[in-house]
Amino acid sequence: MDATELSGVGVVTYAPTLDLEKARAFVSQVVDPEIPVLTIADLGILRGVSIEDARVVVTITPTYSGCPAMGQIEDDVRSTLAAAGFDDVEVVMVHHPAWTSDWITEEGHEKLTRFGIAPPVPSGDVLCPRCKASAPRVVARFGSTACKALMVCSSCDEPFDYFKVF
Amino acid sequence: MRATSLTSDVAALIGHADDNMVLAQRLGEWISRAPDLEEDIALGNFALDHLGVARALYTHAGEIEGKGRSEDDYAMQRAERDYLNFLLVEQPNGDFAQTMMRGLFFDVYQVELWGDLSQSEDETVAGIAARALKEARYHLLHTSTWVVRLGDGTDESHRRSQRAVDALWRYTGELFDGSGQGYRSSWDRTVGDVLHEAGLEIPDDPYQRSGGRRGFHSEHLGPLLAEMQWMQRSYPGLEW
Repeated sequence: MDATELSGVGVVTYAPTLDLEKARAFVSQVVDPEIPVLTIADLGILRGVSIEDARVVVTITPTYSGCPAMGQIEDDVRSTLAAAGFDDVEVVMVHHPAWTSDWITEEGHEKLTRFGIAPPVPSGDVLCPRCKASAPRVVARFGSTACKALMVCSSCDEPFDYFKVF
Repeated sequence: MRATSLTSDVAALIGHADDNMVLAQRLGEWISRAPDLEEDIALGNFALDHLGVARALYTHAGEIEGKGRSEDDYAMQRAERDYLNFLLVEQPNGDFAQTMMRGLFFDVYQVELWGDLSQSEDETVAGIAARALKEARYHLLHTSTWVVRLGDGTDESHRRSQRAVDALWRYTGELFDGSGQGYRSSWDRTVGDVLHEAGLEIPDDPYQRSGGRRGFHSEHLGPLLAEMQWMQRSYPGLEW
């Protein structure tokens, strides 16, 4: 029997209302797989979270063209949202405007320093994340990841990664 | 698919994508073989940058073309005659001096190219180019430093650097055919300055080869594609 034939029962369309703020809160906690002290929100690559129809749409922007972490980040966004009860998820990669290291948040800069990575310095001196001395020596233009260079502190002699201005 | 079957806007994107795809594959050949660990990592990262640019451009070209082709279809399912890359990027790595020289010639070109395309009316192209421009500048910083250091180094490094210029110069002319003609004067100036500082001479021989953008390649592209594509050709659609 068709449900609409039951007395007192109208046609019901089930339209779940997805909680945008909850989705945004969960997505914002996804961390960068290569620099796990930073969330994708700290890094500035999370460009938007929205609800379209019954789907969560997450927009991200790659850092470097060849950043090998983008695939992992997309997977992590999906699994994080799935665990929070959002099953229908679309991750959109946008190239415009291009990401810049200026989009790393102030909190992101502090987290990097505490982790032992010198944050990007658009002008002025790169400081050793340990002893805060300036004028480090560049050892290699690429460090442990594409976005970092390897430096050695001229004062305490400790090697450290520097997140390049990009 | 022959180049002639593509519309001009798709063919232009594919040409740029192919340049980056082929150079990424070439640079990847250095992995575990570079002169030192830092160079190994640097060359690997350059390769990753180029690969990332190629993937983004292939994907975008597929959207414009509208025939459902993916980045993998373009990279893995086209033969040598369908590849539209410049002859310069398919040239063998040679020794380290030759790889740095090829990089210098191409990086200076790409700095001009991406600066231009970052103003594109196509937002996706503009975004890809804006990011690639910063990468190309960083690559250029690296290759130009090495070209000067090797050219102005020992007799042996100087000899090999001059040999690299002589071997590769004939492949630089086609970078400025067609849409690239506006990049010529800046390229001549920048490359000229670096070579001058390195104590290297531009060859007198005016001979130039071209044809890459029309799918006419040197003998070196076929083996490169064979190595890159054989898995997908043998097991189409295979996933990792």
